[in-house]
Amino acid sequence: MTPETDISVQQTWSLLEAVTDPEVPVLSVLDLGIVRDVQVKGREAHIVITPTYSGCPAMDVISMNIRLQLLQHGFEKVIISQVLSPAWTTDWMSEAGKEKLKAYGIAPPNPTQQVCHTKLFADNEAVQCPHCNSWNTRRISEFGSTACKALYQCNDCREPFDYFKCH
Amino acid sequence: MNQQTIFDYTIHLADNALVIAQRNSEWCGHGPVLEQDIALTNISLDLLGQARSLYQYAASIRNKMNGNDQATEDTLAYLRDAREFRNCLLMELPNGDWGQTILRQFFFSVYQYNLYQYLQRSSDNTLSAIAEKSLKEVTYHQRWSSEWVIRLGDGTEESHRRMQNAVHELWMFTGELTTPAGYELEAARENIGVDPASLKAAWSQTIAEVFQEATLDVPATGWMQTGGKEGRHTEHLGYILAEMQFLQRTYPDSKW
Repeated sequence: MTPETDISVQQTWSLLEAVTDPEVPVLSVLDLGIVRDVQVKGREAHIVITPTYSGCPAMDVISMNIRLQLLQHGFEKVIISQVLSPAWTTDWMSEAGKEKLKAYGIAPPNPTQQVCHTKLFADNEAVQCPHCNSWNTRRISEFGSTACKALYQCNDCREPFDYFKCH
Repeated sequence: MNQQTIFDYTIHLADNALVIAQRNSEWCGHGPVLEQDIALTNISLDLLGQARSLYQYAASIRNKMNGNDQATEDTLAYLRDAREFRNCLLMELPNGDWGQTILRQFFFSVYQYNLYQYLQRSSDNTLSAIAEKSLKEVTYHQRWSSEWVIRLGDGTEESHRRMQNAVHELWMFTGELTTPAGYELEAARENIGVDPASLKAAWSQTIAEVFQEATLDVPATGWMQTGGKEGRHTEHLGYILAEMQFLQRTYPDSKW
């Protein structure tokens, strides 16, 4: 891309494909579904993102990385704004992203919104072990190493693993 | 709509979330088991995130009123004194033992869960968006804290005794959650906010259901402490602020 030609919206989306989540580096911001809108006016880009969780500490780094990526590829001004509504859901995660997560050893989120209830001691969601594909797994803790993950263990291969919980 | 009312209402919601997040985070690295230490720390992080969204909005309102851009989420969190904080007294109480911390989170999560369900329909677009986003997180908090109240209440003789003690310690601070302050009533009249008194029945019902399963007695309603929503706090808030605000007060504008 030469600085003399204008950058299209489509090209801008492609540039964002290279910006990854610092905590789950196999996922791009597009896989995560957190880029909600891209607008381009000449050399100026306006990117709208939405946080996964309110307190996700990766969001600041993600914003910075989006800015750097676009500035390095011909943009002169990058405006990033945040929207909260509609609230992010794991249903926005791409199928490719779910495959990448699994290959990375993190169980991808189940498609349905099974978590949005307050029923106590409900049966655990059936979560597939990313290592041996067994469905015979159990939840160790609803809260894992980051806000978006829960901690599981496989009853067959005995490996503990993270589950990107549906949200 | 009076901008001061929206500011006061938003600051009250933000202060609740920030102060309990700060209290819960004192457990980081000290929880009784690793997984639950991490769970409580995750909850703190969610609440801190909610507080940030609310402070950012409050700062934008204050700047609009003052015609400048001096207020930020950080000046609101780090440079106000105790009398300007509008959190309920329950949030600032010392953690006590693990059971007492769980119980406080349970009381607050049930309140937040009910509040955000209504606040999603606020005529104020920013508040409704924050409520919609936060409700998903609070659903987890309510479920987690309810299950732990039941496990500990209906657990061993010692855990039951400690939970019942925690109920007696905290009960007089629960009334303030659903006792409206002036700005809450005004915000509710304009359909910006929610009159917390309207949440009381749903809150009490969930508490009663969980307590029954936890074999805990619901105390007869007695004297309820209030004042935090108007800035009259217990002596404990000052100590929280001393720790939380020290760096910004001593080294103004220092950056991480």
